[in-house]
Amino acid sequence: MRVPFSLLPLRLADVVFAVGPRRIIDGVSLQLDGGQRTVIVGPNGAGKSVLLRLCHGLLMPTSGTIEWNAPELTGGPRRQAMVFQRPVLLRRSALANVIYALKLANVPPAQREERALEALRKVGLEEFAGHSARVLSGGEQQRLALARVWALQPEVLFLDEPTASLDPGATHEVERVIGAMHAAGTKIVLVTHNLGQASRLGDEILFLHQGRLVERAPADRFLKRPASPEAAKFLEGELPW
Amino acid sequence: MVIVRRTFVSMLAALVAFAAQAEDRFITVASTTSTEQSGLFGFLLPAFQEKTGIQVRVVALGTGQALDVARRGDADVVFVHAKTAEEKFLAEGHGVKRYPVMYNDFVLIGPRSDPARIAGGKDILAALKKIQAAQAPFVSRGDRSGTHMAELNLWKAAGIEIDKGKGPWYRDTGQGMGPALNTAASMNAYVLADRATWLAFKNRGDLGILVEGDKRLFNQYGVILVNPDKHPSVKKQLGQAFIDWLVSSEGQKTIADYKIGGEQLFYPNAGQPDA
Amino acid sequence: MNDTLAEAAAQAVALVVAGDPNLVGIVALSLQISLTSVALSCLLGLPVGAAIAVNDFPGKRLAVVVLNALMGLPSVVVGLFVYLMLSRAGPLGALGVLFTPTAMVIAQTILIAPLMAALSRQVVADAWLEYQDQLRSLGETKLGAAATLLWDLRFTLVTLVMAGFGRAASEVGAVMIVGGNIDGVTRVMTTTIALETSKGDLPLALGLGFILLFIVLALNAGAYLVRETAQRRFG
Repeated sequence: MRVPFSLLPLRLADVVFAVGPRRIIDGVSLQLDGGQRTVIVGPNGAGKSVLLRLCHGLLMPTSGTIEWNAPELTGGPRRQAMVFQRPVLLRRSALANVIYALKLANVPPAQREERALEALRKVGLEEFAGHSARVLSGGEQQRLALARVWALQPEVLFLDEPTASLDPGATHEVERVIGAMHAAGTKIVLVTHNLGQASRLGDEILFLHQGRLVERAPADRFLKRPASPEAAKFLEGELPW
Repeated sequence: MVIVRRTFVSMLAALVAFAAQAEDRFITVASTTSTEQSGLFGFLLPAFQEKTGIQVRVVALGTGQALDVARRGDADVVFVHAKTAEEKFLAEGHGVKRYPVMYNDFVLIGPRSDPARIAGGKDILAALKKIQAAQAPFVSRGDRSGTHMAELNLWKAAGIEIDKGKGPWYRDTGQGMGPALNTAASMNAYVLADRATWLAFKNRGDLGILVEGDKRLFNQYGVILVNPDKHPSVKKQLGQAFIDWLVSSEGQKTIADYKIGGEQLFYPNAGQPDA
Repeated sequence: MNDTLAEAAAQAVALVVAGDPNLVGIVALSLQISLTSVALSCLLGLPVGAAIAVNDFPGKRLAVVVLNALMGLPSVVVGLFVYLMLSRAGPLGALGVLFTPTAMVIAQTILIAPLMAALSRQVVADAWLEYQDQLRSLGETKLGAAATLLWDLRFTLVTLVMAGFGRAASEVGAVMIVGGNIDGVTRVMTTTIALETSKGDLPLALGLGFILLFIVLALNAGAYLVRETAQRRFG
């Protein structure tokens, strides 16, 4: 669903996030446009999760600005959503979890069940609609989390290491859903440790190091010929796949 | 979910039922623990309720506390056994008129071993002097009850200033008659008790009646309507109906009919205005 | 001691088998008062606890400390306070509820509501750490989050509620003072046990104690079973 004024591009200007004396994000400026799938990589402690949360609005920057192109409509569905490494699901059925998100988005009651079922179908979980969400497997739970946000039809989807806790089979399933959402028009912003995943899912890569955006390049070029020394060291250290 | 709703509804109904009780015909009588624990009320009140349809709710406390409850206007009638305290109550304007109702007597209870050698005596004052001389363990109620006040008066009459004269042998427990008897039984101590509570008491241990029959052990009960002028919430008609019944020949006979093990506990004497 | 215990057990069984109407009345009243108090305490305490857990406000730490301290309110103190409030000579005397079961419910609710609030605050706060990011991401308000968490934690809360019920059913100090232990009106299990003890009828008191224990045990077992089955269904 396209609204008249797109949320994107998202502009960050000199964003700093400090906890006491420690600067976890140390002056990041960037612009995120629609279309491309953006993947963020970097060593532990680089600030990737924090950057994602700042963009999504879960954290407020200590200084600097974060601006969307158009403000979110109050009372309307959330146009940007986030999926976390461990999905947080309520003690209800899978269907009820999706309906809950639709309720929060002020979707009219009559439409909720239909849209929820549709979302479950898209991720291949429609047979689990009545099952308790908590008894699903790790991969199924993460797909349910994706169904939950897909039902909202967001313009932007942030994902924080969504497959880090999953086995290869479940990872593959989740990557398939992410790809489908992108094909349906959602901007993907993904943080991952898995360079294979970065290469499979990424169009462009942002390399974060010690709270700074050190390099930004198309995925192929970054992975084969990184321009910065920190990136080269990082790629050397990480066992790709 | 249905269970939750049904429970909720029954809760509400219960609360409403509680509130509705306020509309019934009943009076609140502040009385003493000894009267309650003797079982007299269980015998007396159903007879009154059958005759008049008035429910009597007895709050059983020590005499001092019962009079205090009435001073706050939380009772309609007081029924206690401490004439001096009752007359002070009237003098303060909290009561309308005092009617003597009945009497029983106090007995001096003590252990079979009787360290103070008072068993079988007829003179309570002599017995108390011997207990103090022997420093034998003695349990006092210490709770401003009618029994407690009677005990203090007896020490005074025996010429003993118990405040100064007491030592570790004098155990001031601050409890009702039953608990005090429990304590005396477990300590093998002497204790002054009203006969009615003693007869109904089951945990006697090694205790028995050692001194009785002295006129000074006489225990008079009086009933007073709380003054509706001072406390407008008092149910004066219903309260007066209770008092009238207590002093009537029917009420007096019912009191005399109350027995434990064939023994009469209380002696009606409403006909003695000086009592 | 063994004789007393044996006699007490025998008395307990005899009373129950005979279906003594007096006993039935006392048990029914005890349950009515305890269950009503617990229900009211949950209605008051659970939302307060959850709200404190998910919100940040100046003085929050002090509020938490005070709330936790209120769990230890001595029951006689509450009883005395409520008595002074409800006495004819007191501010709420006109209500005329002193020496009635309503007064007992009021006193017990004052005792248990802080317990429900303090415990639910802890439980919700722990869960909030886990749920916070996701719920905020979906656009949930603080108030909505508190409600959602209370419902999601319903199985844990069952244990909390049983703790509150245990406190109510075992309480004697407050209900004795504000109820007056009036025969047939405000006499409950605990005050009856106290009365029979003071009358020296220890086997009967102990027997009643066994019956009370058994009732509380049965209710706890029931709650546990309900919790288990529901949890298996809903994870």
